[in-house]
Amino acid sequence: MTRNSDIQRNIDGLTILLFLLLASIGWFNLISAATGPDGDVEWALGTLHGKQGLWLVVSLLLGFLVLQVEGTFFIRTAWLTYGITLLLCALVLVIGRKVGGARSWFGFGGFGIQPSEFAKLGATMALAWFCSKEGGLKNLGQQLRAAFIVGVPAGLILLQPDAGTVLVFLGFVFAMYREGLSGAVLIVGFAAVVMAVLTILSGAGNLTYPLVGEANGIYRFWLLFVAMGAGTIALVRNATLPRYRSRVTTRAIVSAIAALMFSVAMHLALEEVLRPHQRERIQVLFGLEVDNPDADYNIRHAKTAIGSGGWTGMGWRQGPMTGYGFVPEQETDFIFCTWSEEWGLLGSVTFLILFAGFILRILFLAERQRSAFTRVYAYGVGGILFMHMLINVGMVLGLAPVIGIPLPFMSYGGSSFMAFSLMIAILLRLDAERFSVLR
Amino acid sequence: MDVRFRTVALLVMFFTLAFILRLVSLQVIQTEWKEKALTLTSDRQSIPPSRGLIFDRHGTLLVGSRAAHDLMVLPRELPELDSTSMVATAAWMGMTAEELEKALDKAKRYSRYKTSTVRRGVDVEEHARMAASMHQHPGFSFRTRPVRNHIHGVAGHLIGEYAEANAEDLETDPFYRLGDNIGKSGLEQVYELELRGVKGRESVMVDARNRVRDTATLLTDDRPAEAGLDLRLTLDLELQAFAEQLMQNKKGSIVAIEPRSGEVLAMVSAPGFNPDILVGPQRGAYYRELSADGDKPLFNRAIKATYRPGSIWKMVQGLIALDESHIVPSSRFYCDRSIIGCHGPHRWDDLRQAVIHSCNPYFYKTMQKVVNAGEGEGRFERAANGLDAWKQRVSAFGFGSNLGGRLPGTSTGNIPDSQYYDRIYGTRSWDFGTIYSIAIGEGELLTTPLQMANLAATLANRGWYRQPHFIRDVGGEGKPPGLGVRMDTGVDSVHFEPIIRAMRQVVEDPSGTARRARIEGIAVCGKTGTVQDEPRKDHSVFIAFAPQDNPQIALSVYVENAGFGGQWAAPIAALLIEQHLTGEVSNDRRLQRILEADLTDPYPEPESEPVTAASPAATTPAEGTQSPATE
Repeated sequence: MTRNSDIQRNIDGLTILLFLLLASIGWFNLISAATGPDGDVEWALGTLHGKQGLWLVVSLLLGFLVLQVEGTFFIRTAWLTYGITLLLCALVLVIGRKVGGARSWFGFGGFGIQPSEFAKLGATMALAWFCSKEGGLKNLGQQLRAAFIVGVPAGLILLQPDAGTVLVFLGFVFAMYREGLSGAVLIVGFAAVVMAVLTILSGAGNLTYPLVGEANGIYRFWLLFVAMGAGTIALVRNATLPRYRSRVTTRAIVSAIAALMFSVAMHLALEEVLRPHQRERIQVLFGLEVDNPDADYNIRHAKTAIGSGGWTGMGWRQGPMTGYGFVPEQETDFIFCTWSEEWGLLGSVTFLILFAGFILRILFLAERQRSAFTRVYAYGVGGILFMHMLINVGMVLGLAPVIGIPLPFMSYGGSSFMAFSLMIAILLRLDAERFSVLR
Repeated sequence: MDVRFRTVALLVMFFTLAFILRLVSLQVIQTEWKEKALTLTSDRQSIPPSRGLIFDRHGTLLVGSRAAHDLMVLPRELPELDSTSMVATAAWMGMTAEELEKALDKAKRYSRYKTSTVRRGVDVEEHARMAASMHQHPGFSFRTRPVRNHIHGVAGHLIGEYAEANAEDLETDPFYRLGDNIGKSGLEQVYELELRGVKGRESVMVDARNRVRDTATLLTDDRPAEAGLDLRLTLDLELQAFAEQLMQNKKGSIVAIEPRSGEVLAMVSAPGFNPDILVGPQRGAYYRELSADGDKPLFNRAIKATYRPGSIWKMVQGLIALDESHIVPSSRFYCDRSIIGCHGPHRWDDLRQAVIHSCNPYFYKTMQKVVNAGEGEGRFERAANGLDAWKQRVSAFGFGSNLGGRLPGTSTGNIPDSQYYDRIYGTRSWDFGTIYSIAIGEGELLTTPLQMANLAATLANRGWYRQPHFIRDVGGEGKPPGLGVRMDTGVDSVHFEPIIRAMRQVVEDPSGTARRARIEGIAVCGKTGTVQDEPRKDHSVFIAFAPQDNPQIALSVYVENAGFGGQWAAPIAALLIEQHLTGEVSNDRRLQRILEADLTDPYPEPESEPVTAASPAATTPAEGTQSPATE
């Protein structure tokens, strides 16, 4: 065991720098979003930026404390952390405060705590512990058990219901992939996205097919898919060496049937299961015609705000689209609009590069570990952050459907910031100890 | 490095790059978002221009502007009103609960975030009372709007009304928005385009609820309002006010013209109205009262009413006959009174005496010569051609036309021609014997007070006139083109002297019909007229100009149902002439008599029959005839 001072010296400065940069940008931007363009900034704890400032200070202090704690403590208490966050997630369903239709808050006077934010930490730790104990996710059994570990909190969160946060849990796929999950998962995921897009578009009857021309209805798409699938399989079969032929053919047929069933299920879900406003969001995303003229209000105004930013933006507290309330939820889910409107392309790209750099740095940290726990843990954190960026920024840019999740470091919300600070602090401590132990 | 690390890292970079490309497209390449943001966050508001002011000929302000208060409501800030509070609020603003509820419904339908008018034109006292308890009524506010301020309350008919634009105005001209005012009559209407100015534009920043947040804006096409052009009238405020004072408690009109320029110095139609009350909060009640008045105070008699010209016409006949060489000034006709009656003891007048005595047979015979001098075969054709030739000469005096007037409703009067009589009697079924009453200014002839004042100016100028007009200057650019065009009667100026001498004598002679128009030291030339209005008393009419040489003022005075021309119209004219030429009135008794006279009772007045200024030929109404009763 190395002395504590060596460990402090090994804490990764670049990660801290990026973290503090992102946190500062976030708070600076939140002041603008919370105060709007008129008058002077009011400095009080009761204001949004005041509360967030308090959370910032508390989180940084907490993070500093965490850095003093030995890494083994976190590893030993991984299951305890997981258990506590699970318990909180279950408890919030019973005694939580209902905000905007979801029971996801514990209220303490003026402050609230969202256990789902801390559940990400718990799940990351449990997954890291499991993977390091198993020595990877080599077989289906291990993979299923790992999926179960992240699936339980995700399921509890789905009950709140908070679909956005559940989607974020998909970020653990990257950690699981790194630990042995087949790359086919990613390919299947990609294929599923393509299939889903085609299903939505042809379901609305707006697709023009090669050779066939414009065709209405999902049935033609399915028919076409079967016909082309059969043709492709026949070609692949002829091009394959005879000894692989039967195996490849079987897999191709199974894949095609699975894809078709996915498309059918997707279509049914879209038509029968989704509530009208959810269906509208998806249709808006694909530019399909929607009966409700206000369905695309959020995303239209978000894009307008971002678009009006231009090269360098309108300046701090100068963005009228966000400042004058045209963009909804602009302190939380649509916070990126404020930044984009006021700092333009220059600011937006700077932020994205910082954010992506932060994720890549975390992944880089992961790769230099001798400890499997730390590696999986880092991948978990990086994956979660990546999912947040993907969904949130994708949403405000009109590339993903409107799903309400915060943008880490930018959105107003104490629980989110505190949970991420804890995750980063623990990662930094574990990384600092990378030379001292081999677990 | 692990290949799987590379895969994940590439995915992160790939999506980051995708987002950056999307940002480039949204923020730099697609420009429509910036325009969209501008439209969403800016609200263009129009700034009302100040309306042009109206001055008299000497630059004294006649019409300015003052503040009017409208009670406004902003539905968004309005609390829920139950029936009790609705009644209380309605009482506070002097409305019934039903009226208020209706007004609020309308306002809510218009916009929850924009103010609407609840009550237009709250008067000063009520405004003060309501403002005191304003804080108890959230959602309500006052808007101050400029309205016309008729400082001296004169010339209401001429200046006209400036009132709220109606649906038709809003539709025909996009300049006007709901609640805007527009010139509705008189000069306010004629010079609307000059007076109204150019609206300014100001953009403000608004938030998502359309509340104004900032006056600095990203839009660059703001511009200040441009004030309307000021009008300088030809009216002389002092003369106008005096003329209106003299016409108190009388019906009729006064038109005074500066002969050499055609500028109208005063124009009065009595009874009149106070234009200042018409812009105030009592407008509705006052307007109803004016509309219901049988004496038609809203009707501008000076340019719209038509009367038979009567004896004054004889001067026109004499001038035409002289110029056509049918008579010379010394020609005498025997006053035989066989076909047409006469009055007074004269028997063998020359032209001058005939004018002084208003000898009917003299002008019957004069016109007979004129009409029968027509070309053609037989008496019918000769009469027709002769009448048309005569009409041409009469028209040169401006009769039968609106004298180039731009005021809407300016009447042309009626000068009959051969076609006119053909329609009544049939072609070739009438000759001079049928139509002779027009020789002495009766029959189908109709003239307006303005035309008669113009005749006085023409006589003063010895043969020409400038078209009467009301504007000296628009916006400092001088007189608009087309005003005061010089017109010639074609009658040689030498022929005017015997007529003018006669007019002088009408006033100066102790037995003259207009001896009441005499002024010490001023050579007044005039001619009385007495126009029958059976069964009521005659209209008292007088035209005059003065001084005889280098005339400064020419005028016509009509006093309806007052008696002989010399009785009322002549002294009124004299007072105005003296006031205009010397700036004061020397004859206090004359002034006293006029001011005290109440001639509004047209006795004997049958209850049911309307007041008619002139009745054209019994069989057919004259074209273009307008009388107070039918307006």
